[in-house]
Amino acid sequence: MTEPADFLLAVEGLTVSFDGFKAVDDLSFYVDANEIRVIIGPNGAGKTTVLDLICGRTRASAGSVRFRGRELTQLKEHQIVQAGVGRKFQTPSIYEDLTVFENLEISFPRGRSVFGALAFRRDAPVRERVREVASLIFLEPLLGERAEALSHGQKQWLEIGMLLIQDPALLMLDEPVAGMSVSERRKTAELLRRVLRDRAVLVIEHDMGFVEDIAHRVTVLHQGRVLSEGSMQHVKSDPKVVEVYLGH
Amino acid sequence: MTESRVLPRKDLIAVLIFAALILLVLPLALEPFRLNLVGKYLTYGFVGLGLVLCWGDAGILSLGQGIFFGLGGYCMAMFLKLEASTPEATKIQSTPGIPDFMDWNQLTALPWFWRPFHSLAFTIAAVPLVPALLAFVIGLAMFKRRVGGTYFAIITQAIAAILTILIIGQQGYTGGVNGITDLRTLLGWDIRTDHAKLVLYFVSGGLLIACLLAAQLVRRSKLGRILVAMREREDRVRFSGYDVANFKIFVFCVAAALAGIGGAMFTLQVGFMSPSFVGIVPSIELVIFAAVGGRTSLLGALYGTLLVNWAKTTFSEDLPQLWLFAMGALFIAVVVAFPNGLAGLVQDSLAPVLARLRPQRAELRPTAPTVVDAAEQGGVR
Amino acid sequence: MFMGYSFGDLGSILAMQGFAGLVLFSVFVLMALGLAIIFGQMGVINMAHGEFMILGAYVTYLCSRLFAAYLPGAFAFYFFLAIILAFCASGLLGMAVEWALIRHLYKRPLDTLLATWGLSLILQQVYRSVFGAREVGVELPGWMMGSTHLSEQIEIPINGLIVMALTTLITLAVYLLIFRAGWGRQVRAVTQNRAMASAVGIDTERVDRLTYGLGCGIAGIAGSAFTMIGSTSPTAGQLYIVDTFLVVVFGGAQSLIGTIASAFTISQARSTMEFFLSGSMAQVLVLLSVVGILMLRPQGLFVLKVRR
Repeated sequence: MTEPADFLLAVEGLTVSFDGFKAVDDLSFYVDANEIRVIIGPNGAGKTTVLDLICGRTRASAGSVRFRGRELTQLKEHQIVQAGVGRKFQTPSIYEDLTVFENLEISFPRGRSVFGALAFRRDAPVRERVREVASLIFLEPLLGERAEALSHGQKQWLEIGMLLIQDPALLMLDEPVAGMSVSERRKTAELLRRVLRDRAVLVIEHDMGFVEDIAHRVTVLHQGRVLSEGSMQHVKSDPKVVEVYLGH
Repeated sequence: MTESRVLPRKDLIAVLIFAALILLVLPLALEPFRLNLVGKYLTYGFVGLGLVLCWGDAGILSLGQGIFFGLGGYCMAMFLKLEASTPEATKIQSTPGIPDFMDWNQLTALPWFWRPFHSLAFTIAAVPLVPALLAFVIGLAMFKRRVGGTYFAIITQAIAAILTILIIGQQGYTGGVNGITDLRTLLGWDIRTDHAKLVLYFVSGGLLIACLLAAQLVRRSKLGRILVAMREREDRVRFSGYDVANFKIFVFCVAAALAGIGGAMFTLQVGFMSPSFVGIVPSIELVIFAAVGGRTSLLGALYGTLLVNWAKTTFSEDLPQLWLFAMGALFIAVVVAFPNGLAGLVQDSLAPVLARLRPQRAELRPTAPTVVDAAEQGGVR
Repeated sequence: MFMGYSFGDLGSILAMQGFAGLVLFSVFVLMALGLAIIFGQMGVINMAHGEFMILGAYVTYLCSRLFAAYLPGAFAFYFFLAIILAFCASGLLGMAVEWALIRHLYKRPLDTLLATWGLSLILQQVYRSVFGAREVGVELPGWMMGSTHLSEQIEIPINGLIVMALTTLITLAVYLLIFRAGWGRQVRAVTQNRAMASAVGIDTERVDRLTYGLGCGIAGIAGSAFTMIGSTSPTAGQLYIVDTFLVVVFGGAQSLIGTIASAFTISQARSTMEFFLSGSMAQVLVLLSVVGILMLRPQGLFVLKVRR
């Protein structure tokens, strides 16, 4: 067994309760560098809450989240982002009144202080990087369009692009292919495989075909606890998992 | 999209037209009395600029801009009052050398916070900085705790009420309900003559255009886009690594400083400052001016301020009872039917015409929910 | 500042100031109740709330004049009719306003604030045109004037007692309607998820209109009660709107107990301090502390903890 410090992300004893209801209960799991980990589980298992806790959107009642050995539970959201954790929300969360270019530019990791943003210049490195990411997410021809005009799938890609441009060491995606057409889904899987190489990824997803496609390891959550963990094959044959998904 | 110029040509032309209007056309067309009134309206324009940044772009509605307008105005009034209260000019008082209202209220020495206002340099610094400092404290307390929206509006309104009551109650220190009156000279230069008023009009107009350009630069910078992004998806901005509260505090302080400058110019041109420009009603009226012109357009807010005030003066001269009806109705109409104000109307009716004349890509315009939203909502429900 | 008062005197003063505070408290509660329904339950900011209250006050004034002129025999009891009429007048106007204005703005809370401010300007001018700009006072029937003596030094005015009784009654009714009967649940359902509420068979338009009308109607009753302790003028409502909003926000916008507790704290603090300080300074200090506390605890005094 490796020391927790060797993991990229070490979640230990994480607990949060809302008015006495424990949405996440003494949860522990570890993510390696460059690992693609998928979290699955029935509705209300606490999947989204776990991501909220890691990225600081919700404050934990107890437990610790260490990222590259650094404790995250005391940091503010923007500090966690600057430490190298990126988060995509379940519904596309982009700036509809801005152009695709501006959406990506805002996410470019420079000039993040008030005066830095005032002094920010749209120079060659910024333009190049924006173009590079835009071509990755299939949106290069649409750079000048207002984001409002994009289709649902394109909005999802744009948000993924906004995270990629930050180049995070840990990327957290909440249902990245939900609501997509079959062809969009295929393109997204391709996109993710291409961009996920150099970073660890934490994905919540319901689409089992998609999970099987990308996951290195799978964590199954149930009622705020880890029910099972391991390869997709292992998890699929775990009787506890079968019971939760098919039983009742 | 990758504009290298600091301001695009279209914006520059619009600014030049506005500058020509207030610095050339109006001074030639209007008699001195009317021009002085326009000068007074222009000082509200400073507040309008701040509201466009703060409310239109960042979505933070402050119902307390009168506070900052008043603070700037009072700073200037304190300097002018001290200059008018020389020992020779006030030798009939029981304590010569202090402002007359202090003497009437049995004060025998100048209060400590009045003393620095002997210096013009300090006063000029204080005009934007005192309002900005108060805004900073309020912003720090509210935005760091993620208080926003309606709560912020109500709290700023309460602060406006508190400040008014305080100024009226402490008349020995503030001049009470009459305010600080009987201001005469600025460094020995009589500000009450027609000539001085003309000069001050141009100073005010020039300063307003400078502030307009500065505000446009802020909007064109990445900070401007972050403000709009924050209004739409605060969480996304936060999870792109920005400390959202700092940006809100900054824009609130800028709006406060602009309002303070407006207040100081108001005092200079009108010759007094009183609590009636501080409280809830003037604060909301300042918002109305900006809303009618267009909350997301700097020039729109300025034209709106001029037009509403011109209408107000005309109405209240001829049909005073109708004024409140008209203003109330105008306000409801703007909010319900034209959320983007005059600027939105102009854009919707002129933009297609212009586009036909000269084909070019539509400029980015940060817009609030449009009329369609309201109509759709009405239809669905 | 205690010089010249004996302990007995001080006690009586405290009791009488306390009672004055209780009357202020009652009017605050009545005003805040309407606002708590409209703001707390519906999320609409009604800046014209003060004007709805003043409408109630003018209805009461009209009633007293009509009874005095045409039914002097029944004058002693006009007040009860006036309360009902005030409720109906303000409530109906509220429903009309909801239909014409508010329903277009549910998605834009800040804009309701501005639109209702426009409405308040119009209402003020209507009052000014109809009733004149001067303050009017209501003539109370004989039995409601005067006071009872609790002890030799402590006097309790009867109209104050009536205001308090009225407040208790209305508060109880609101509590039962909003928090015990299903009505409040429907209102909250509509506010939180309009589409869903309508999908499960709630007539959202009706719920909105009736709730808004109810809030405004209670403001009308507050205005009726207000005539017993102050005089009515077209702009009197504006004086109270900030206090009322602070009461509601301070208490935690969704909590009835919170609203009552904060109305109590604010009114008692103010009337007790008014005895020692000038009225304006007492008001400044109280408002400042409320704003200060709200900055430290923006969710108000009483609030439920929920997942964001």
